[in-house]
Amino acid sequence: MSTHDHVPPDGVQYVAKNMRVDLRLIAGMIEPASRVLDIGCGDGALIDHLFQTKGCDARGIEIDMAEVIRAVAQGLPVMHGDADTDLAHYPDGAFDYVVLSRTLQAVAKPRAVLRQMLRIGTRAVVSFPNFGHWLVRLQLLKTGKMPMTPTWDRPWHETPNIHPCTIRDFFDLCAQDGYAVERWLAADDAGGRAPWRRFPRLANLFGEQGVFLLRRA
Amino acid sequence: MDHPAFFAQVEHSHVAFDEPLTLECGVTLPRFTVAYRTYGRLNAARSNAVLVCHALTGDQYVAEDHPITGKPGWWDTVVGPGRPVDTDRFFVICANVLGGCMGSTGPRSPRQDGLNPWGDDGLEPWGTDFPPVTMRDMVSAQKRLVDHLGIARLFAVIGGSMGGMQALQWAASYPDAVFAAIPVACAAYHSAQNIAFHEVGRQAIFADPDWQGGRYWRSGRVPARGLAVARMCAHITYVSEQALTRKFGRRLQEAPKDSREAIDLFGEMFEVESYLRHQGSTFVQRFDANSYLTITRAMDYFDLAADYDGDLVAAFRNTRTRFLLVSFTSDWLFPTAESRDIARALNRAGANVSFVEIPTDKGHDAFLLDEPDFHRTLAGFLAGCAVHARLEP
Repeated sequence: MSTHDHVPPDGVQYVAKNMRVDLRLIAGMIEPASRVLDIGCGDGALIDHLFQTKGCDARGIEIDMAEVIRAVAQGLPVMHGDADTDLAHYPDGAFDYVVLSRTLQAVAKPRAVLRQMLRIGTRAVVSFPNFGHWLVRLQLLKTGKMPMTPTWDRPWHETPNIHPCTIRDFFDLCAQDGYAVERWLAADDAGGRAPWRRFPRLANLFGEQGVFLLRRA
Repeated sequence: MDHPAFFAQVEHSHVAFDEPLTLECGVTLPRFTVAYRTYGRLNAARSNAVLVCHALTGDQYVAEDHPITGKPGWWDTVVGPGRPVDTDRFFVICANVLGGCMGSTGPRSPRQDGLNPWGDDGLEPWGTDFPPVTMRDMVSAQKRLVDHLGIARLFAVIGGSMGGMQALQWAASYPDAVFAAIPVACAAYHSAQNIAFHEVGRQAIFADPDWQGGRYWRSGRVPARGLAVARMCAHITYVSEQALTRKFGRRLQEAPKDSREAIDLFGEMFEVESYLRHQGSTFVQRFDANSYLTITRAMDYFDLAADYDGDLVAAFRNTRTRFLLVSFTSDWLFPTAESRDIARALNRAGANVSFVEIPTDKGHDAFLLDEPDFHRTLAGFLAGCAVHARLEP
């Protein structure tokens, strides 16, 4: 279980990947002994955690080959794959949970990926960095330039995060595509929850990330 | 035994089976021999056995010096004490394939069909009359060996190239007897391009006057020239352009003065030519031309999905075997896309599958070479499987 609090090396694929504080929040939404697919699993910290502490049959997909090799070399069932193209190859209802941790903003077709997740899984757990955070808003308002924050820390032309969204945007998409939000929370980058998590508009202002548990409606 | 000298064989440890083996082609071998080697110790629960399947021109001498060439085992970087397939922990088995020439029944074995032109002394070999064998036949023979060793379930089946095809066939044919399968640098079927390369090699053998319709033991001369050309052609497919460039570039060397081989025709030769000729000439000392024909054909016939109405998913439906697929970036003989197809079929079948592509410029041969990422991956996967199999450390 040494991997749980790991710090990935430089050069990870996604901006927000070096802050895996949301993993505990996600794990808290997953029932023991369930079948889990973690998309964009990195070096497999979450699937290791789910297997070790909850007895889950947890597997992963990762696009960064160095991470895949690192995960498999730790004995974790991870395959090289792309969220945008490889989910189509899983049968309906193959998993109890399909997890997408801080990856939704980096895929080419977030809506299609969500649809696939809720086809192959009964439930989906999605976390993403919140573009509606007050610091992002303030920077854009003050400078008129793309924000640079600890969470959004690469210039617009370098970032792999091509589809940023806010917590309210995500609520809208779920409503539009007919997904039931069973649970949700907003957290700061340290994973701490705060009282404003009950109110979407406040969460959208103060939450650095959103974590959602969805179900096919 | 009045075989010509080149048939005088090293004694290989083996088991002879008197129960018949019916091949896919319909021919029944009334009895057959499987030559094999083992490394490490089988535990009391008989749960730590790892079957290694060798490639086209490999054999059972995985992790020890070869009895003919004296060279180290072909996978001694992978199999051995403290290696990724750790013989301090696992009981490793490797058998010469059916159709091979290192002691298992093949074209060199005395024919058993009663059509022996030399009478009943049983000395005339099968030669090209040896029935065509398939991956399934090779695996059936290996299954007999595994049963004979009293092993109900293999902890893992692992192989590269043709060995990977066998690992896939094992998982499809005997899912309950394979806890983990590791097909490396392989495909679920042999591509048209690969069949084409094999055909060039076979034609080179046929074109050698010493081949004599496959009955070369009668003259005592082996079709060394043809077999060497077959090997040279195949060897090109095992390496990448980058690797050849890195090792040889366009460098020239003086040609040796040996007019027999007509190699001094230009007075000089490219280093890569010299290298290939060396590959060819050493190969013919340890390999039988008819075996080469038989085994290349078996690879060509391989199409796992064909046995399941063309649906590879059906080959693995509801399997509980854990899979690790490994490919190599510069392998153009079994490109990554072919491993990815297998991984996707396994996904559709709901299987537990790990899949890595190892970055290397060493081409198909990378699976035999020192590739630390591959070895790390393999060792980690086996360790993870051991946890799930509750194998004691």
